[in-house]
Amino acid sequence: MIYSILNMKYTIQNHKDTRSGFGDGLLEIAKENENIVGLCADLTGSLKMNAFADAFPERFFQTGISEANMIGMAAGLTIGGLIPFTGTFANFSTGRVYDQIRQSVAYSNKNVKICASHAGITLGEDGATHQILEDVGMMRMLPGMTVIVPCDYNQTKAAVKAIAAHQGPVYLRFGRPKVPNFTSVDAPFEIGKAIKLIEGADVSIIATGHLVWKALEAAEALAKENIHAEVINIATIKPLDEEALIQSVRKTKCVVTAEEHQANGGLGDAVAQMLAQKMPLPLEMVAIKDVFGESGTAEELMKKYGLDTTDIVKAAKNVLKRK
Amino acid sequence: MAEIGNLKKIASQVRRDIVRMVHKRQSGHPGGSLGCADFFTALYFDQMHLDASDFDMNGIDEDLFFLSNGHISPVFYSILARKGYFPVEELNTFRAINSRLQGHPTTHDNLPGIRVASGSLGQGLSVAIGAALSKKLRNDNKLVYVLMGDGEQQEGQIWEAALYAGSRKVDNLIATIDYNGQQIDGAVDDVMPLGDLAAKYRAFGWEVIEFDGNDMQAVVNTLELAKTNVGKGKPQLLLMKTEMGMGVDFMMGSHNWHGIAPNDEQLEKALSQLEETLGDY
Repeated sequence: MIYSILNMKYTIQNHKDTRSGFGDGLLEIAKENENIVGLCADLTGSLKMNAFADAFPERFFQTGISEANMIGMAAGLTIGGLIPFTGTFANFSTGRVYDQIRQSVAYSNKNVKICASHAGITLGEDGATHQILEDVGMMRMLPGMTVIVPCDYNQTKAAVKAIAAHQGPVYLRFGRPKVPNFTSVDAPFEIGKAIKLIEGADVSIIATGHLVWKALEAAEALAKENIHAEVINIATIKPLDEEALIQSVRKTKCVVTAEEHQANGGLGDAVAQMLAQKMPLPLEMVAIKDVFGESGTAEELMKKYGLDTTDIVKAAKNVLKRK
Repeated sequence: MAEIGNLKKIASQVRRDIVRMVHKRQSGHPGGSLGCADFFTALYFDQMHLDASDFDMNGIDEDLFFLSNGHISPVFYSILARKGYFPVEELNTFRAINSRLQGHPTTHDNLPGIRVASGSLGQGLSVAIGAALSKKLRNDNKLVYVLMGDGEQQEGQIWEAALYAGSRKVDNLIATIDYNGQQIDGAVDDVMPLGDLAAKYRAFGWEVIEFDGNDMQAVVNTLELAKTNVGKGKPQLLLMKTEMGMGVDFMMGSHNWHGIAPNDEQLEKALSQLEETLGDY
């Protein structure tokens, strides 16, 4: 399917889950680099780590349902030069083990890659106990932690390779649902680099993760009303590509951020903090507004909690009025 | 093997360092540090294979030690300095601003000899397991040691790690518990009794050895014995009975000196009981 937005063409190559991008990327990078090891706390299938575990059983550590121990073990495994990738749901990758990450990984500057699936509300039917919407905030606050939220399968796979080559702790966030896979299959992932998907002069839409495709859809809808949105894919939330963002908003003079996360602590918060100090401009956030999620399908939840294409369109129109 | 008398002399100097460090800053944890001085001395000056002159984080072909109960940093710092990881004079900077000798040990300021931050309890055993698995994967036959506190056994993560190491037969790992029976709020038996710790670890698949951690000969013998058990399919737990405050009479016998500093008069009294053997810093 070719998705044409203004004069840009984005092809939906297929619909795939970003967690599969993680699993496939891990297998590929493990073939190239024998220092890669994996740990998982009883969610190997959910994390798509089976192929890696089958191919490299001696480099895979099943810890059972003990995430704190898994994070500590990962910190220890770095000593000797290994590069551990831990895998569990985003909820259990962050909130449950915050102190372990803080002391044994971040403060100790260990080269651990914390890989977190089923992030956000699109986890769906399992409900709010598992739908973590605060993880990016928690990880962003840790000094030295790199925070990455790729938008589709291809970008997630590329991100896995990039973080393996990066020295230092990384939080990699991805999800469960099948979403449009549209980024170029061979696009290299540059940590800390924003990617401009659409040029536009009226409003900057800064999106991350599953909201990036919706931002493209929103830009198309806005274009029909002669509003030209610039769409930027922020796959690295920390460090934030401030230069690219400032360049965009200097032109558009207003911003919409879009993410599957609480407004508190997420991408919108990061962008707002940066702009408030460097270039204060009207900003609207498409994000979860200080509530917990609930059971439902991913699509139903995105609608109910205000994370849909129409919500981005509405936010863009609102922010334009404030220019 | 080093001569026992010589190890005792080193331990005496380490105890002087501990009391002086904590006194100077009027901050720190002397009690547990004093109790573990013999163990640290035997480990670093007799048992472990390491190169203190050229610290490398990866520690390939070296024995590794992790301190999980990071609050006994004074004994760790003294041992590392006396072993030659960094200048002994640097002990003067313990807990001071801009120092590498933070209140609890950290890698953050690149202090040689430290491989992970600790202080928030319960995490060191997991890290040691990871390091032990790293050695196994690399066919590095050197050992991984970790010291924990007894009160620390109340942390849930310890038991996650104990389960892993026992079930997965991490048999190049030698863990020790400083069983001094005291924690901040009082006797461990009052605060939250641990029950039969040896039986608990055995039930988790560990080889358990109990010994007197303030008898240098017993410490050396136990560490030697533990080496002979390496590679036999079980992680090892050395249940080390110590006396908090050992070596300074008025600091022994209670939890009172867990985390407070001696005043000038108490310092003099303490130092009068500890022979200066290697020269004060």
